[in-house]
Amino acid sequence: MAKELAYVRKEMQAQKPAPKKEGTAIQWVRANLFATPKDTILSIIGIIFLVWAIPPIIDWLFIDAAWTGTDRATCATVAQGGMRPDGWSGACWAFIGNKMDQIIFGRYPDAELWRPILVGAVFTLLLIPMLMPSAPHKGWNAFLLFLALPFISFFILYGGVFGLPVVNTSDWGGLMVTLILSYFAIAVSLPFGIVLALGRRSKLPVVRTLSITFIEVVRGVPLITILFMASVMLPLFLPEGMTINKFLRAIVGVSLFISAYMAETIRGGLQAMPKGQFEGAASLGLGYWQTMRLIILPQAIKLVIPAIVNQFISIFKDTSLVSIVGMFDLLGIIKFNFTDLDMGLARHSDHRPDFRRHRLLGLLLRHVALFQLHGAPPGYRT
Amino acid sequence: MADTISNASFGESRAAALLYNPAVRGFLYQLVTAILVVGFVWWVTDNTITNLRNAGIASGFSFLDSRAGFDIAQTPIAYNNDMTYGRALVIGIVNTIIVSVAGIITATIIGFIVGVGRLSSNWLMAKLSQVYVEIFRNIPPLLVIFFFYTGVLSLLPSARDSLSLPLDIYLNNRGLAFPTPIFGPGSWFMGAALVVAIAAIMSLAVWAKRRQMATGQQFPVIRTGIAILILLPLIAYFVSGMPVTFDIPVKGRFNLQGGAVIGPEFMSLYLALSLYTAAFMAEIIRGGILGVAKGQTEAASALGLHPRKVTRLVVVPQAMRIIIPPMTSEYLSLTKNSSLAVAIGYADIVAVGKTVLNQTGQAVEVVTIWMIIYLTLSILTSIFMNWFNAKMALVER
Repeated sequence: MAKELAYVRKEMQAQKPAPKKEGTAIQWVRANLFATPKDTILSIIGIIFLVWAIPPIIDWLFIDAAWTGTDRATCATVAQGGMRPDGWSGACWAFIGNKMDQIIFGRYPDAELWRPILVGAVFTLLLIPMLMPSAPHKGWNAFLLFLALPFISFFILYGGVFGLPVVNTSDWGGLMVTLILSYFAIAVSLPFGIVLALGRRSKLPVVRTLSITFIEVVRGVPLITILFMASVMLPLFLPEGMTINKFLRAIVGVSLFISAYMAETIRGGLQAMPKGQFEGAASLGLGYWQTMRLIILPQAIKLVIPAIVNQFISIFKDTSLVSIVGMFDLLGIIKFNFTDLDMGLARHSDHRPDFRRHRLLGLLLRHVALFQLHGAPPGYRT
Repeated sequence: MADTISNASFGESRAAALLYNPAVRGFLYQLVTAILVVGFVWWVTDNTITNLRNAGIASGFSFLDSRAGFDIAQTPIAYNNDMTYGRALVIGIVNTIIVSVAGIITATIIGFIVGVGRLSSNWLMAKLSQVYVEIFRNIPPLLVIFFFYTGVLSLLPSARDSLSLPLDIYLNNRGLAFPTPIFGPGSWFMGAALVVAIAAIMSLAVWAKRRQMATGQQFPVIRTGIAILILLPLIAYFVSGMPVTFDIPVKGRFNLQGGAVIGPEFMSLYLALSLYTAAFMAEIIRGGILGVAKGQTEAASALGLHPRKVTRLVVVPQAMRIIIPPMTSEYLSLTKNSSLAVAIGYADIVAVGKTVLNQTGQAVEVVTIWMIIYLTLSILTSIFMNWFNAKMALVER
């Protein structure tokens, strides 16, 4: 017979009433917005802020916006010589629409626009299989995308061969320049960054010192000084009579700058490699380059792919600085268009900055949209 | 087999062995690298010297003593266009430091608020903070600066219809005008009171710590300290017969008279850098707080600590260890981003340097000055933050 235990319940417990239905909207609101008095105050402040901020933005973006039009009158008030009532404020999408070609291609001649479009199409065609893990011939694909395309696209865009008329780089602009710069910077900075990272971890003092000096000096100064340096000092460095294109100077500047950051990212991956990998490679009789190429780098780079992608995205943001050294990238061409006589701002009036605001906000939203589409990973660098 | 090897092939294999000796190889590699680098530098220097001679530009830093001849809008220290290039560059340096320090402080405060906001249990606050972070992290800083400069600040009313803010502060499209104190005779008394107050607070803190160690009793040092810091100079102010008066900006016909003005260039650069960097800062702070193991908070609560003390004594010190290194690099990148001032005409070192460069053609010297200044600022920030990091680091017994 089992001994009777004092702490064991002898009769069944009465049934509890069924719990209230969970997950109703009211419960959610209570738990997430009005849980404590402090929460309630914060929520009320937040709601007041949204009610204050959202309707004017929607008005400005859509309801009061100027969607169509061809000249300045579209987006100017009566006092500025336009057709809008005084005090009007709205987005000037007509401006964006009319200037779309310039925003994307800069001052590239209309008749030759097929050339950048062709390059863009080839780039996309090569990029898509690159992004699909199952697509075959990755080696050839990478060769074409990163080595062949830059050269070929330069000749197509610049011309002078195959009977194509020359389009000077000073006429390139807009999104095209932003993309070309970013693409070149990516294509150059990854290999150069790997070399610098290996150099920094090298046992050879001369190589190591040179790498460390380069990386630390470049990382210690702002990109804009590197760009100024590239634009004012590169011509001095070259022998007489040898000139170097402004566009090329910017590419050199941006690439060198990004390489230093890339080197540090890759060094992080190299440092994360366990010593056993080096020793294992050495015991197989592999030399330095074989060890790096076959054992270390494939693993190390795989480790830092997220950080490398962050770098690539920040390259895209960094290229906006070339507008300061007088190139018309996406930001530069839009600033340039502010002064356009037909669609640009009305200079004579007090209200002129209105127009700038419209376009800048538009640009701002485009940038946000662009990065949201590509999904900027968390915590990417400045 | 070995004894059949002829002398010649033995000598050959010894030469090959020498080539395969890691030490010899390393030396050869370095020799080649050194020769290439030295050759390149020599070539570049030679070209530069030739080019400079042909352009008739004298190299060297003697240009720093010549008359600048250009005006600067933002002058924290006395300057006019009769002064030297060197003086102008010093103003640039001071302006860079001012905007960097102001930006770092503001960005840290906003970043802390937004970072904590993202962790808030309040859904609305968490979402608003997230939207803020995503917007500012995803646009180039230059665009943020332009947004404030051409999009926000130049939309403000002209000086005639300035917006009046409390405390006689006015906001218009020429900047923010605010009253400046004028220290009359006898105001040294207030300064002395301030020094006494700080000394008193420091000794109070030492005493309170010693007492807590000895008896376990706590003393509200922070509250008392703030009270002393405010009250003592205030008492001195009234005792010495109110020697401080204010130069209040007054609306004139076209402009505000009196007071001091912070120009729109500084304002937009400062706001843009603060808000942009704050988004990154928020993520770092959020990561740091999330990085403190949950067991720590639970253990602190089990010891009976008040939630506020759990945060102050347990979570924050441990989160700081995670936060400080990435925060250092954010501070550095804010300092470097302040060079974007050149785009809107705030006279920082790059903008002034660019003007000097355009006037004198001393490209090499000006770029060298830029590099030295930014490297120095970077190193100083690093040294300070490393010291701070070492102070906050885990002390193991």
